[in-house]
Amino acid sequence: MATQTLPTDPAAPHVPGVAPSAGAPRRDREPGRGRRWLLGVWSTLAILFLVAPILFMIVFSFNDNQGRFNFEWRGFTLKHWADPFANADLAKALENSLLIAVLSTVVATAMGTLLAIALVRHRFRGRTPTDFFVFLPMASPEVVMGASLLAMFLVLGVGTGFGTILVAHIMFSISYVVVTVKSRLEGMDPHIEEAAKDLGAGEVSTFFRVTLPTIAPGVAAAAVLAFALSIDDYIVTSFNAGQTQTFPLYIFGATKQGVPPQVNVLSTMLLILVLGLMLLNVVVQRRLAARDRAARA
Amino acid sequence: MSLSRRRKMLPWWFALPGLLWLIVFFAVPILNQVSVSLMSGDPEKGYELTWSFATYWDAIRDYHAQFTRSFGYAGAATLIDFVIAFPLAYFIAYKAGRFKGLWLLLVILPFFVSQVMRTASWQLILNDQGWLVARMQDVGIVADDGRFLATGKAVIFGISYNFLPFMVLPIYATLDRIDRRLIEAASDLYCSRWTAFRKVTLPLAVPGIFAGSLLVFIPACGDYINSSILGSSNTTMIGNVIQSKFLNILDYPTAAALSFILMGVILLGIAIYGRVLGTKNLTELAG
Repeated sequence: MATQTLPTDPAAPHVPGVAPSAGAPRRDREPGRGRRWLLGVWSTLAILFLVAPILFMIVFSFNDNQGRFNFEWRGFTLKHWADPFANADLAKALENSLLIAVLSTVVATAMGTLLAIALVRHRFRGRTPTDFFVFLPMASPEVVMGASLLAMFLVLGVGTGFGTILVAHIMFSISYVVVTVKSRLEGMDPHIEEAAKDLGAGEVSTFFRVTLPTIAPGVAAAAVLAFALSIDDYIVTSFNAGQTQTFPLYIFGATKQGVPPQVNVLSTMLLILVLGLMLLNVVVQRRLAARDRAARA
Repeated sequence: MSLSRRRKMLPWWFALPGLLWLIVFFAVPILNQVSVSLMSGDPEKGYELTWSFATYWDAIRDYHAQFTRSFGYAGAATLIDFVIAFPLAYFIAYKAGRFKGLWLLLVILPFFVSQVMRTASWQLILNDQGWLVARMQDVGIVADDGRFLATGKAVIFGISYNFLPFMVLPIYATLDRIDRRLIEAASDLYCSRWTAFRKVTLPLAVPGIFAGSLLVFIPACGDYINSSILGSSNTTMIGNVIQSKFLNILDYPTAAALSFILMGVILLGIAIYGRVLGTKNLTELAG
């Protein structure tokens, strides 16, 4: 392989246009302006593609729509924003979704964080198989997980509803929490924990006063991810929901007869809420870092 | 319990709640599903375990078209996403400068709006009288009197859209981690920009491409949201079949068998793909 790329070989196919006698190392000419411009345009178009339906959703939350379908612009109105909970079924579905998302986020983040710590910080027997097992739910299609879970509930005679949705959401969130927290832990110096123990801290106080504060940004990111996964889930939920409606289930049902504009309003509100939470997380992390620096100085 | 024994048990106490949850609500249901797939009977009288492997053959015979379509759509979407995502990830990693954070936020922005909602938005944007379909008719992607919705193209479009961020993020992550000095070294050694890209950047990005492809392909195979909202009865994917067998027709054994065939093919695909891309001779792959 190496001989092929030697610049002294005039027949080398990989260095077109380079004279073997070239003295000084050839600095690249000014990179093709055109190519860089093209890359920027391509990237902008890709981002536009990604956000197009979101922009559409927001704009049409202000549409004074006529009839069932909300895709023809009929003039600006604030009436849907003035009364976003006009549709009782929709409001109930959103309430269910928010409650399930909060509960499943709390439980999955707690379990997943502990599991991640066990996997990274301890060399115990059965660690590698456990690692693989935790990865499996992420490699399984949702339709398989959802159907299997429902089959088990049917066999056991468990009625499906709010509780079974919650159980399912915790299940598929755990693996994502583990992966997110693990990557943070792997970047953390284990000697800090050892130092704490050497200085007389017990297992428990080391965990709460050293480990947890250090991995906090990772845990926060994992929680945001778990929340987003839960509030967005359609497939697993559709199997285990019974008569209970969630926000995505409601919208899916509505696509057949026309999605009411209140859905646009509430989705936009959710978007603002999650963006706000993320911004808050960033601000808090920055403040804490600044305080740390000030304390050290 | 002695102290050393307690210390040895500690990781298990940490791991236990999460692990137990995954065992009870993930592993046990999947194993149970294996036994369901081998049952026979009918929805009225109930099903009994009869080790009926024939269900699998019947499932393949009856639904091979939907399987082929699912893998075809998922494969096409994975390819499209790679073509869109790689330049974007490259741009964010190397050219976005101090706006990197903003670009990344825009990439993950779709995650904050329900997938069903975004797909429903596309359904409205792509309506038959809409501006976009008219432009596509101008260009010839859609026949002058034809529609875009309810076609296979629309479903592939929707799947590509929905899973695009999953392709961008891992490729970006690997590109961002590449030591820039390697690329400099390549150009010091008389590599042209293109050769340096082909021989250094691209091989080093392979793990990200691999991860991204799986993150798109796996959920795409089992997806039925796009097919239901943007497609028609001619674009039925295997997810639609499993879902209706399970929830409407109550033919649990066939649904279970279909799930396992789907999972088996996916796992086999991952293994082969990993072999191909995971070889040590990545240089060969690059050129």
